[in-house]
Amino acid sequence: MDDTTVNGDSVNMGPTTMHEQMKQNGGAAVEEEPKEDEDFKAMFGDLKKKKKKKEIPLDLLIPSLTLIQEETSGPSSPVPAATAPAGAEDLDFSDLKKKKKTSKKKPAFDLEAFEKELHESDPKAAAKEGEEDEVVEDGEHLNELDETELGDNVFAQSEAPAGLDAGNEPWLKSDRDYTYPELLQRFYASLHASNPSLLTSTGKRYTIVPPSVQREGNKKSIFSNIGDICKRMHRQPEHVIQFLFSEMGTTGSVDGQGRLVIKGRFQQKQVENVLRRYIVEYVTCKTCKSFDTLLTKENRIFFMTCESCGSRRSVNAIKTGFQAQVGKRSKTKAAQ
Amino acid sequence: MSVQNLNTFDPFADEGDVLGNTNDVGSQQNYIHIRIQQRNGRKTLTTLQGLPKEYDQKKLLKAFKKEFACNGTLVEDEEMGQVIQLQGDQRLKISNFLTEEGIPKATIKVHGF
Repeated sequence: MDDTTVNGDSVNMGPTTMHEQMKQNGGAAVEEEPKEDEDFKAMFGDLKKKKKKKEIPLDLLIPSLTLIQEETSGPSSPVPAATAPAGAEDLDFSDLKKKKKTSKKKPAFDLEAFEKELHESDPKAAAKEGEEDEVVEDGEHLNELDETELGDNVFAQSEAPAGLDAGNEPWLKSDRDYTYPELLQRFYASLHASNPSLLTSTGKRYTIVPPSVQREGNKKSIFSNIGDICKRMHRQPEHVIQFLFSEMGTTGSVDGQGRLVIKGRFQQKQVENVLRRYIVEYVTCKTCKSFDTLLTKENRIFFMTCESCGSRRSVNAIKTGFQAQVGKRSKTKAAQ
Repeated sequence: MSVQNLNTFDPFADEGDVLGNTNDVGSQQNYIHIRIQQRNGRKTLTTLQGLPKEYDQKKLLKAFKKEFACNGTLVEDEEMGQVIQLQGDQRLKISNFLTEEGIPKATIKVHGF
């Protein structure tokens, strides 16, 4: 989970609320806290350390492996969180912080060792990691693009948000002043705990099948599921195609099976980026961020009406800018 | 002594052209567009369009060419005016360059994949 994009503080779609962040982060939100929350983290650190101490003696290779898996999901699960404050209850802060400092080194060390073990005993996982690295390197030039203007990644398959639990935050038992983010988090946690439908129904992610792009021959790409995607977005294919062409600075045509033939070599990821930009610009409602919108044309101007909040605004007409001369001049002369 | 409230005001007076000097309605207002086009093979072309008048495009092109180590040219277009063309994908470099020179980032639009 990438922090910058998921938390989206720099995303230009407006400020993200705590609510949204939690929805996006799901269960992991419990772990990802603002940096100021030193003691909160300290408590979690404490928790981790405690668990480890218990588990180290069981030092056989295979059990330790399974334990690690438990551990990675550990802090967000309710049971260890519930046990931790019981132990830390009678400690005051200064004590806690000191404890954290002294204890910090050891767990980190153990973790490294564990991870080594994990890698050694599981070459598949290691290999997989290597693969992922390669992929990242391969698409590096794409990552240079400004991620923030692409909005949410709608092509990511939606994952069911894990339930959050309230009432067992470690800071609850301590008698310091609670910070605002903590209380807010607690509020939303209990809200979601009592109405789980909030996380699933309204927080339903808008997903679209990723565009399937194949190469035809050497110089053309075929975008075959454009019909599906347009239907999913409730947009006219012509509009989408026009946008794609003007944005990618190319031309193309629709073939007999409704597939889009694009001139030039394009990878799936590139098309996906452009589509995401289209969605931000022409599909999402700027007011409520809903995807349930309609696009209508009145007097040569396109208006987008939101079905869920009723807002209505005009959107930019798609305008192909300057097209440079590419290819042979004799050919373009002949075409005219 | 003039009392402002007593001034006659004709609410139906012609206000003149509401749109003022922006004669193209609905078009993108004065954005600087940076586009990319594919050429043969893996070659690309970057175009910079809609630069404000106060910048000398010729000098800018020279700076671009030196900075990005690429060739480029200034193309005259009937609709868009002068357009800078550069060889290769220079979109991010251009937008960084322009923002460093004090052009607000909101007015720069980077297109392409």
